[in-house]
Amino acid sequence: MERPLTHMIPSDGHPLNLMEYESSGGYQALKKALGMTPQAVIDIVKDSNLMGRGGAGFPTGVKWGFVPMGDDASEVKYLIANADEMEPGTFKDRVLLEGNPHQLIEGMIISAYAIQASEAIIFLRWAYKSAARRLLQAIHDASEAGFLGDNILGSGYRLKMTLHTSVGRYMCGEETGLLSALEGKRSIPRAKPPFPQISGLFGKPTIVNNVETLCCIPPIIDKGAGWFRDLSLAASGGTKLYGASGRVNKPGIYELPLGTSLREIIEVHAGGMRKGYKFRAALPGGASTDFLTEDHMDVKMDFKSVAEVGSRLGTGTIIVLDDKTCPVGFVHNLEHFFAQESCGWCTPCREGLPWVERILKSIEDGEGTEGDLDILHSHITGLGPGMTFCALAPGAMAPLNSALKYFNDDFIKHIKEKKCPYGEAYA
Amino acid sequence: MLTEKERIKLDEEISHLPYPSAACIEALKIVQDERGWVSDQGVTDIAEHLQMSAEQVDSVATFYNLIFRKPVGRHVVLMCDSISCWVLGYEELIKHFKHKLNITWGETTSDDRFTLLPIPCLGTCDRAPAMIIDDELHRDLTIEKLDEILSTYE
Repeated sequence: MERPLTHMIPSDGHPLNLMEYESSGGYQALKKALGMTPQAVIDIVKDSNLMGRGGAGFPTGVKWGFVPMGDDASEVKYLIANADEMEPGTFKDRVLLEGNPHQLIEGMIISAYAIQASEAIIFLRWAYKSAARRLLQAIHDASEAGFLGDNILGSGYRLKMTLHTSVGRYMCGEETGLLSALEGKRSIPRAKPPFPQISGLFGKPTIVNNVETLCCIPPIIDKGAGWFRDLSLAASGGTKLYGASGRVNKPGIYELPLGTSLREIIEVHAGGMRKGYKFRAALPGGASTDFLTEDHMDVKMDFKSVAEVGSRLGTGTIIVLDDKTCPVGFVHNLEHFFAQESCGWCTPCREGLPWVERILKSIEDGEGTEGDLDILHSHITGLGPGMTFCALAPGAMAPLNSALKYFNDDFIKHIKEKKCPYGEAYA
Repeated sequence: MLTEKERIKLDEEISHLPYPSAACIEALKIVQDERGWVSDQGVTDIAEHLQMSAEQVDSVATFYNLIFRKPVGRHVVLMCDSISCWVLGYEELIKHFKHKLNITWGETTSDDRFTLLPIPCLGTCDRAPAMIIDDELHRDLTIEKLDEILSTYE
C-alpha cells in the first residue's frame, strides 16, 4: 500500500534533512512544476480530486482557481499553510510538521507557484515547539539550496517564506480568523464575500490551505492526477491521515486509503478497545462532528459517505467514547471548550454556548430538569448553520445534537436519579 | 518605554509589515518574553511604539490566552483539559496539584514556583493526558510521573 504522506518519515520520527529528502526523490516535483504553466499545475490538482483536509473538504484546485491571475492581478499574493491544529482530538498535522517539514515546504512552493503568490506563510500553533524548530531549519536549508528566494532554480519565479507562531485561540484555525490574527488583531471572522482568494491578508489575494492538503501536492505533481485518484476507495482522491484516541489499544495516526471503514480503523489500526472497555460511539473527525455509533461501523470514512449518515469526516481523527465514560460529561467537556473559544463577535455564539455549558454541567451534577433538554434543543436550532457569523457554533452543536439523539436515556437518567450514573469520577 | 532590546526586535518585525499596528501580537510576544508577563505599563509601551491606543493593544492582549496580563510563576504549567485528556483522567492530576501544591486553575504557588493554567487540546491525544511546562511537552501522565516531572523544576 502506498503512503505518499508518511513514507519518508523515519520510524524514530526524526525528519530527513534536505540532502536525505532530495535523495529520496524530494524537490523533484517542484522542478517538474516550474517547467509547467501555473494553470497546468492548477488543472492537475483539480483533476486529482483532492479535497481540503482541514475539515471542510472543499476541492483544492477549485479554490486556487478563484485567485486573480495575469498582468492585472496584484503583484502581492499570499499562500498560507494553516498549521493551527486546534480541533480537540486532532493531532494529524503534527505528524507531518515534525516528521517531514520539507514535504510541506515543497508543497507550499508548488502551490504558491500555481497561484503566483509572492509570499508564503506557515501559521503554526504555539504548542508545536519542536515542529517550529524543524520548520525554521528546513526553510533555511531550502533557501540556501535555491528552492526559495529571488530566482527559484533559475525559473525567474520568486517566493519568500516565513513562519508565524500563534498565541492561542481556536478561532485562529478559521480561515478569516487566521487572517485577522496575522494582521495583528483579535482573531475574529470576516464576512464573505469578498472571499480571501480575492481579498485576504492585508486586502491581497490569499489562499489558506491545511498542512495535510499541501503535503499531498508534491506526490500529485510527481505521479499524476490519475495515480492520486486511484489511491482512494472513494470519489475524492488520495490517502488520508486517520487517527484515533480514547480507550483504544493503539492510539495514533495511520495513513490509509481515503474511504477506509470506521470498523477497520478502530478494530485493526487502532488495535480495538482496551481490555474491559466496549466501543460505544465516536466523533469521526474532531470535536465539531456528530457522533457515529456501532450501527455506523461499516461507514466508509470519506467526505460523502460520512455526510450521508449525518456527520462529517472533519479532520478524520476519531475520538472514541467507551461504555464506562459518561456521554453527558463527554459532551460537557466539548461544550466547555467551545464556550471558552467563542471569539465573542456574534451574540448567539457568545451568549448561547456558555448557557449550553452551564445546563450540561447542572445535568451532570444531578441538578438538571426535563425542561433543560428543551433549552438544549432550542440552542441546537438557534446556533445552527446560518444563524452565526462562522462555523464555530454550528460545529459546537453537532456533538450535542447527536448526543441527545443517541444517548437520550443517559440524559433522562441523570435528571431522574439526580446524579451521574457513571460514578463520581465523571460527576 | 520599551527597552532597547525590545525596540530592536519589534522594529525588525515592523519592517516586514505594511503598517506598525500589524505587529501588535508580535509586540506582545516580545514584551512577555522579556518581562515574563504584560503589565499595564507594557501595554502602554507597546501602544506608544505602534501608534495605537492602549485600549486597542489591551483588546488584543486580553483576547489571546497565552498573553499573560497577570504575573505568573517561574514555571507555567499548561494542562490540557480537552476531550481525550478528560477521557483518560486529567481531572485526577488537577486534584493532585491541589493536594500537593495547594493550587488549582489560575493560581500560583506561594513560592512563585508554578502557575497552573488550563489549555485546550495540545494535539497529542494518542499520548493523553498531556501538559506543557514552559517549553517542554510531557505526555502519558500519571500521578507518579507528574510528581517526578514537577521535582525537576526549581
